[in-house]
Amino acid sequence: MAAALTIQDLGKTYKGGVTALKGVNLEVAEGDFFGLLGPNGAGKTTLIGILSSLVNKSAGSVSIFGHDLGSDTAAAKACIGLVPQEFNFNMFEPPIEIVANQAGYYGIERSEAFRRAEQKLRKLDLWDKRQVMSRTLSGGMKRRLMIARALVNEPKLLILDEPTAGVDIEIRRSMWKFLREINDAGTTIILTTHYLEEAESLCRNIAIIDKGELIENTSTRKLLNSLKKETFVLDLEAPLAELPQLKTHKLKRVDDQTVEADICRDDPINTLFTELNAHGIKVLSMRNKTNRLEELFMNLVENGNGNGAIT
Amino acid sequence: MNTGEKLIALKAIVTKEILRFSRIWIQTVLPPVITTALYFIIFGNLIGPRIGEMDGFGYMEFIIPGLIMMAVITNSYANVVSSFYGSKFQRHIEEMLISPVPNYIILIGYVSGGVARGLTVGVAVTVVSLVFHPLNIHSLWVMFSMIILTAILFSLAGLINGVYAKSFDDISIIPTFVLTPLTYLGGIFYSISMLPEFWQQLSLANPILYMVNAFRYGFLGVSDISLLTSYAISIGFIIALYVFSLYLLRKGHGIRT
Repeated sequence: MAAALTIQDLGKTYKGGVTALKGVNLEVAEGDFFGLLGPNGAGKTTLIGILSSLVNKSAGSVSIFGHDLGSDTAAAKACIGLVPQEFNFNMFEPPIEIVANQAGYYGIERSEAFRRAEQKLRKLDLWDKRQVMSRTLSGGMKRRLMIARALVNEPKLLILDEPTAGVDIEIRRSMWKFLREINDAGTTIILTTHYLEEAESLCRNIAIIDKGELIENTSTRKLLNSLKKETFVLDLEAPLAELPQLKTHKLKRVDDQTVEADICRDDPINTLFTELNAHGIKVLSMRNKTNRLEELFMNLVENGNGNGAIT
Repeated sequence: MNTGEKLIALKAIVTKEILRFSRIWIQTVLPPVITTALYFIIFGNLIGPRIGEMDGFGYMEFIIPGLIMMAVITNSYANVVSSFYGSKFQRHIEEMLISPVPNYIILIGYVSGGVARGLTVGVAVTVVSLVFHPLNIHSLWVMFSMIILTAILFSLAGLINGVYAKSFDDISIIPTFVLTPLTYLGGIFYSISMLPEFWQQLSLANPILYMVNAFRYGFLGVSDISLLTSYAISIGFIIALYVFSLYLLRKGHGIRT
């Protein structure tokens, strides 16, 4: 499959001497739903800034659907739609104008621009708000407005920088559904997010960036398979007088009716229940203590590179 | 982008700019009209008759072109500096920067918005002036060409100010401390022939003097400066400011990191 994005030896050093990116190499396949994760200040937004021409690179090259961003700039830019982290539209313009004007900047004729603006605003449940001043929209509506704007030129590559930050769970889920739909329709998506559940749920491939360097770049499935141990929280039917000593698993008391159990990936989970049964302990429910990807992410970032043991 | 697409992008920017100042006409169009009407009443109607003639014309007739020009200068400048800085401040300049629209189209778009506001206010002030004195037109071509060139020049200057501005203070410093004094000393209210030799020579360093005089020539047929010099200075400034503005946009000064 052709590459939607090819990044080679990309570097960025800001005027003050801060190096945000150190020779990043990355390839995103066409049609992928790609997650770019990393702690605050890792270089994610700088990387996205370079892809969207808002940040000048210091070294390396970027190619978007085969168009070099440095030499074939207009063609490369025409392939991209960007949903930035912070609101960056005119708060004193109505949504319909914001979206239609954006289409105009891509050379889309005015009547077609308004047709597409209507289509995108309807799709994102903003049509009723098309004529209000944008500053009066709620946070979730403002996020959806930026998605509508990013889609109006029908980009082949959609870049979303924390698109669901600050929106409630219902809107977040509906945005996930929408993003899956446009990805299924063929749009390549690059997503950065702090909600690791979001990345786990949406992304087929994930790269983790830390201190300006890629420390992991693999499929979500492989990444999750590399997790060797998970901690589960068990809600018990009756209070425990004493914590039983199990042969295969170590239990930790949370409160009288709740315990935590570490389960290694290679151990069958049945043995835990067999042993608990033997001690007359009945389990009402069980859940992961943390999101699996979150656990991996913390391991990788704390180890500082991709080679650290994932436990 | 092909030429047709570039023109569509330009139209989108110009439309956006015109809608911006039209939407807030009470802040953008009305105040200069009221201010200029007050100049007409105070300087033209009340004080003017005591001053007598200036270059062979009644004082009211003499100051009308200068006051129209002053409104055009301040409004074309103000439109671009506030719009461009506002787009930086709210970061919606990024809408254009991520798109394939070339820098020169962005530049022409903003300048066209400034020219549109300058001319809108200029026409409104001219209409108000008719209440006080009938319009005297010596050369419509000179009048029209000079007002367009002036609006372009000060729109470009406003854009450069907007590029460099880092706070709202920065967009008012140049208009207050540079533009207003130069405009008032640019021969709006007097002919420089009235000044002592030294001040006459110093006035020649003020570019606004050339524009005001050429514009006045379009109305009255008299000027302190040769028409050719006025055109040469105006066009020279426009070329220099255009090249510099484009350089700033290409470099991404203040808009790209």
